[in-house]
Amino acid sequence: MKRFINGLIRLRRGPWEMVASILIAVGVVMLMQPFALWAYSWSFLVTLTGTVMFLITSHFPE
Amino acid sequence: MPETAMDRAASATPPGIARRVRGLSDRAIAWLFVAPTIFLLLAINIFPLIWTIRLSFTNFRANRPNADVEWVGLRNYQRILSDPEIWQTMQATAHFLFWTLFFQVLIGFALAWLINAKFRSSNFWTTVIVLPMMLSPAVVGNFWTFLYQPQIGLFNYVVAFVSGADPTSFSMIGDVPLAPWAIVIVDTWMWTPFVMLICLAGLRSIPESIYEAAECDRASKWRQFWTITVPMVLPFLMLAVLFRGIENFKMFDLVVQLTGGGPGSTTELTSINLKREAFEKWRTGYASAYAVILFVTVFGLASIYVKALNKVKER
Repeated sequence: MKRFINGLIRLRRGPWEMVASILIAVGVVMLMQPFALWAYSWSFLVTLTGTVMFLITSHFPE
Repeated sequence: MPETAMDRAASATPPGIARRVRGLSDRAIAWLFVAPTIFLLLAINIFPLIWTIRLSFTNFRANRPNADVEWVGLRNYQRILSDPEIWQTMQATAHFLFWTLFFQVLIGFALAWLINAKFRSSNFWTTVIVLPMMLSPAVVGNFWTFLYQPQIGLFNYVVAFVSGADPTSFSMIGDVPLAPWAIVIVDTWMWTPFVMLICLAGLRSIPESIYEAAECDRASKWRQFWTITVPMVLPFLMLAVLFRGIENFKMFDLVVQLTGGGPGSTTELTSINLKREAFEKWRTGYASAYAVILFVTVFGLASIYVKALNKVKER
C-alpha cells in the first residue's frame, strides 16, 4: 500500500494506470447496473475521467 | 553477381520518378509510403469522430440540413443520461454481453479441449462445428426465427420433448422473459466456433515437452490443467473475449432479424436504439451524443483489457 501511494505521489505509471482502470470499470458497471438511476446518470463522467486519465498516465515513466 | 529484387525494382522505375525520388531521404520515402494510409485514417476514422463530437453539442437533424443549427451544450448528454428507456437498453446490452461471453468462453474452450484430443474424424467435426460462423447473420436470424416458431418450430418441440411442456405454450421471441435468452442462444450458437478456434490455436501452441516434464514430476491431470493449460491458453482466451466483447457491444443485424428489438423494447440493444434515434427519429445531434458515450465506454474497456492482455503475455 505504501509503495502504491509513493508511486502516486511520484507520478509513476503503474499505480496511476491502476486508478484509471478502476475508474473505467466502476463507470461501466454504473452504466449497466439495473439498481440506481443516479449511478447511471453519473456513469459517463466517471468513465470519461478514467479513460482520459488512462491516456495521460500511460505516458508516465515506469 | 545475381540481380536482387531491389535492383529489379530500381530498373523498372520510370527515369522521371527515379530522378525525383533519388533526392529524398529514407525518412521522406518512408513518409511517402505511409501517407496514403494516414490520409485514409484521417478521412475515414478521425474526421468523422471529431465531427460526431461536434454534432453532439448541437440540435442538428440530418433530414433538415438547411435548418438553423443551435448549440445546445451538454443538454443532449443530460437527456440521454437521465432517460430510463436508454438505461433499459444499457441493461439489455449488459445481459446480452455477459451471458454470450460466458457461454461462448465455456463451450468454446470445452470444444477446443475435446477437438485437441485428436480422436478419429476430429477434422470433420471441426469443420461441422465451424459452419455456423461462416453463415451470414441475416440468414442465421431468419432461420432461427423459424426454429423459434411456437407452432412449427423445431426448438419448441425439442424443449417440449425434454421437459414435457406443451410446445405451443411458450414463444422464445414473443415472451418478455424468454426473448433476451433467445438472442443469447443464437449468438452463442453462431460465435462459439470462433472462440473454439482461438482456444484450439492456444492449446496446439503448448509444447508437449511441458506435459512430459509434469508427468515426470507426477503432477495429476487436474494440476496439469490448472498450472500448464489454463495459463498458456489465457492470452488467447482473453483475445477472443476482447474480439467478441467489442463485436457484441455493437451487435445489430442478428438481433434485428430475430426480434427487431421486441417484444416491446426487451431486446432493444444500444446499437438498435441508436439507429432508431439517428435514422428513424432523425435526432442526429442527440444520436451523436449517444454514440460518443458508447465510444468512450468501449474505448475505456478496450484500454484496460489490452493492458491486462499485455501483462498476461509478459508472464
